[in-house]
Amino acid sequence: MIKNFLIGLVLASFVFMFYNLYITYEPKTELSGIAAHYAEKGGAEVGAANLVTAVVVAYRGFDTLGEVTILFLTASIIGFFLKLSKKDEERVIVHHGTSELLITASQILIPIIFLFGVYVFMNGHLTPGGGFQGGAIIASGVVLSIMANPNREINHHAILWIESISGISFIIIGVLGIAIAGGFLDMRIFGLGKFGDLFSAGAIPVIYSFIGLKVGAEISNILNKYQKSQKES
Amino acid sequence: MNNELIYIILAIGIGVLLIIMAIISILNEKLSIAVIAAGVVSLFASILFLLMSAPDVAMTEAAIGSGLSTLIFFYVLNKIKKYND
Amino acid sequence: MENLDLGKVSLIISFALVIIGFWGLLSQKNIIKIIVSFTILETGVNILIVSLGYIKGRTAPIIDASVEQGANHNVLNSIVDPVPQALVLTAIVIGFGVTALLLAYAMKLFRAKRTLEINKFNDLKW
Repeated sequence: MIKNFLIGLVLASFVFMFYNLYITYEPKTELSGIAAHYAEKGGAEVGAANLVTAVVVAYRGFDTLGEVTILFLTASIIGFFLKLSKKDEERVIVHHGTSELLITASQILIPIIFLFGVYVFMNGHLTPGGGFQGGAIIASGVVLSIMANPNREINHHAILWIESISGISFIIIGVLGIAIAGGFLDMRIFGLGKFGDLFSAGAIPVIYSFIGLKVGAEISNILNKYQKSQKES
Repeated sequence: MNNELIYIILAIGIGVLLIIMAIISILNEKLSIAVIAAGVVSLFASILFLLMSAPDVAMTEAAIGSGLSTLIFFYVLNKIKKYND
Repeated sequence: MENLDLGKVSLIISFALVIIGFWGLLSQKNIIKIIVSFTILETGVNILIVSLGYIKGRTAPIIDASVEQGANHNVLNSIVDPVPQALVLTAIVIGFGVTALLLAYAMKLFRAKRTLEINKFNDLKW
């Protein structure tokens, strides 16, 4: 009884705080501060049509490096936690047989899903999209293939190499920025190109492709570990 | 002005559905219904992001929040079901 | 209610989701329900941040034919704020990572004690 009363007290204080915030809220009517600088000079300085991509990769590229690090840490901790013992590795998942619909549809859909994922992260600077969305789409394709055949062995070495090479290339491009252009992770190491082309905006397509492959490989690894953990007793 | 009014009415409708689904997700006893209701909350939030002119965020929330997150919950529920009931 | 606009409606929705998420986090006893409330709380905070960058009557921050530079429309006067959207992009992916990690811990806890009620795990209580 006392617990419910205390929970009610905490929630009532939240309601009071939010009410005060709502009363004094005035919606913005024009861009100001740093957003005005990104809007005016973003097209000319970065050369990307998608301004959110320009902010994530070019202007605040260091925060993206931090996020990639956090995802890498999460994937490695999950890989450590859900490790199976030797005896459980050899067991087979017993299932009643996946349906015919799933097996046939997955054979047609999986190449199309991979193609769509690669398209989304390669055109991240022209249309809405980018590395994180493309990586999630590629991971959904991998999960569909695991569900069609629950005992399929995903090649661990391939995922390991893709993830490591993408991560190291991302860092190398960043360090090249110090050597050739303005600073760490500056995208002007390649030419800016014509506005609206596929190969424009400096190194942004290259950086986003590496991020997309890395995120896709990591999320596929996490999902594969969860699938394998169904084997343990 | 008509355009804005349609968006506001749509947003209010989506908001009411969102809050009802969130309350169902917490109050229900069965775990699978709670997880699916959380997935529907993510889906409606993705539509709300699109109404607010943020297509990148809408794509990310639909792929990661509504798709992959619900999938991971069901893997865990499958393991628990074998030993619970 | 004539000054009701999309930013204010989204603000109320996000406040309601945050309060419902906190209520679930504090009052539920099953670990899986606690994790579900955490995802609802996360979604509420993301809607809050994006709705702070909305400006009435403007369009998405992508420079294309309708927002052309150097033409009639000025880019500065026709896009919404792109900075909160970039921050929320990062926050959604990190939220997914935290949820996956929480669920791995829940699986290990279940394996150790065969129960999911949080009151039974009192090894660290003094």
